[in-house]
Amino acid sequence: MLYLIEQCLNGIQLGMLLFLLAAGLTLIFGIMDLVNLAHGSLYMLGAYFAATFITLTDSFLAGLGLGLVATLVAGMFMEVIAIRPLYGRDHLDHVLGTFGLLIFFNELVRLIWGPEGRTISLPPEMLTAVQVVPGIYYPLYRLIIILATLSVAALLYILVMRTRVGMLIRAGASNREMVGALGVNIKLLYTLVFGLGAALAGFAGMMQAPISFVQIGMGENILILAFVVIIIGGIGSIRGAFVAAVIVGLIDTMGRAFLPDAVRLFLSYSAGSSLGPALSSMLIYALMAGVLIFRPEGLFPAVGK
Amino acid sequence: MKSWITPRNAFVAALLAILVLLPVYAALTGNTFMMTLFTRIVILAIAAVSLNLIMGFGGMVSFGHAAYLGIGGYVVGILAKEGINAGLVQWPLALLLSGLFALAVGALSLRTRGVYFIMITLAFAQVVYYIANGLDRYGGDDGLTIQRRSEFGGLVNLSNRTAFYYLCLAFLLATVYLVWRIVNSRFGLVIQGARSNERRMRAIGFPTFRYKLVCFVIAGVLCGLSGVLLANHTNFISPALMHWTRSGDLIVMAVLGGMGTVFGPVIGAVALLVLEETLPHVIGLASYLVTGKEVAAAKEYWQLILGPMLLLIVLYARGGIDGLMAGTRRG
Repeated sequence: MLYLIEQCLNGIQLGMLLFLLAAGLTLIFGIMDLVNLAHGSLYMLGAYFAATFITLTDSFLAGLGLGLVATLVAGMFMEVIAIRPLYGRDHLDHVLGTFGLLIFFNELVRLIWGPEGRTISLPPEMLTAVQVVPGIYYPLYRLIIILATLSVAALLYILVMRTRVGMLIRAGASNREMVGALGVNIKLLYTLVFGLGAALAGFAGMMQAPISFVQIGMGENILILAFVVIIIGGIGSIRGAFVAAVIVGLIDTMGRAFLPDAVRLFLSYSAGSSLGPALSSMLIYALMAGVLIFRPEGLFPAVGK
Repeated sequence: MKSWITPRNAFVAALLAILVLLPVYAALTGNTFMMTLFTRIVILAIAAVSLNLIMGFGGMVSFGHAAYLGIGGYVVGILAKEGINAGLVQWPLALLLSGLFALAVGALSLRTRGVYFIMITLAFAQVVYYIANGLDRYGGDDGLTIQRRSEFGGLVNLSNRTAFYYLCLAFLLATVYLVWRIVNSRFGLVIQGARSNERRMRAIGFPTFRYKLVCFVIAGVLCGLSGVLLANHTNFISPALMHWTRSGDLIVMAVLGGMGTVFGPVIGAVALLVLEETLPHVIGLASYLVTGKEVAAAKEYWQLILGPMLLLIVLYARGGIDGLMAGTRRG
């Protein structure tokens, strides 16, 4: 039971991370109609920026802040130079063009930071575990991730649903020509949205970095998961992305935690250790295939699309 | 009557001549590296041609085509590990499984379109990828070395480098011919019609779903063949064979060469893989010209050039290399 609660928290934490990535992806997809395979590169860039700035400033929080700004700027820069010409093109063009960008960024990171990875060490006060439920201790930092992401999600909701910029973003999603005709600088709006998505992805990367490892290509596999999340949630829907991210995070973590034992009931011990994780990864894709077949628009289709 | 001697046809003929004569050159110079490289190119060209059949002509952008490479390769690898080396068992089984997988994937994913189709094919390929990762007996994520290549009695010896190369080349030419015949048949015209306007094709009475599904399966089987050859070529299989970036490489080949032309993907495969080998040297040379001495480090970063090049091709040369030569925009 205790183990179950702990794994639940782990699943939610992974889900939160996926949400950060998926929110940016779904915003960019919903508004600019752009498939961005280079989104994982921004995740990677965020982690590298944070690692560098933490070393430079010797402060975890300042490093994160500066890293976030740097990723935002990098994202907007990338949009202006490389992404802009891709708008309005075929999806295949997006896939190819951003695949090129992904190759480019992997190599650029290798050029700047070298082939060996980095680690980000947490400040000592974040290394403790707190008692969440009587008898259950959970690492403080993972809780911080969950809380930080929840606040980002809330901020994002307010930004999109309650501010003037958010209104323009939603308007741009449903009819870009009309918004442009009404005198809104749609190019600037797109750049801002892309930068926002980049910052969200970078934030995800730097939050995850202390738990895992900063390395080249770290964004590639999680990017595919983020795509699965936005497909399940419904393309363009932030609410859908949130729900789907939590579902996917829970399935993945629960699968990894409990499927090996379930397999061991029927097969050998080693079969459990190897098949379990594979099965849990498959479950996610099976869920996505199911959603696509029975509800092609996703669980929470974006309104007005 | 159209003249057959166009720059494009001349280029294709030259490329074919190079592919056919390459072993002679390699034998004369003793350059075994060229043989290894070009065997690989020819094998992956088969995969690119098969992808082009559904992507270029059928408008079905499959982002999971590397899965068939993996299925073909793993059937050979697993059977070899279990002591079954007979090619006449391995190969048909590999093609059959590729076809069945394509049938299942196609039946489900052809209900969707556009970016959903891209993503669902990707998802199925990821499933196969993770299955391969979980196959502990067959190396898990470390992969599996194949001790002996497929055996065909005394018919053909795959361990003979030249014989194997010509076998692969023969399969490539047969694949190109087959795709050419398909594309120009009634079946192929229906497929292309469905790409341009599916609703209209249905309205005049073609069950386009069935046509597209058959086309999808043919492409899967052909790519499975490519996987069989690839496993025999490298004597090694691993899940990396079907990592999603590999599917991306195949799309790049098809588009780089010229999507929607029968021979384009072959050009693309040659161009991409030769570029991968030569770009480091080109950069080395450039660094020599700029700084006066060769900067060894500069060579490593050739992908810095390749990435933006892809983007530029997408933006300004959608017809690929073939389109540039034909002088018209295609695709």
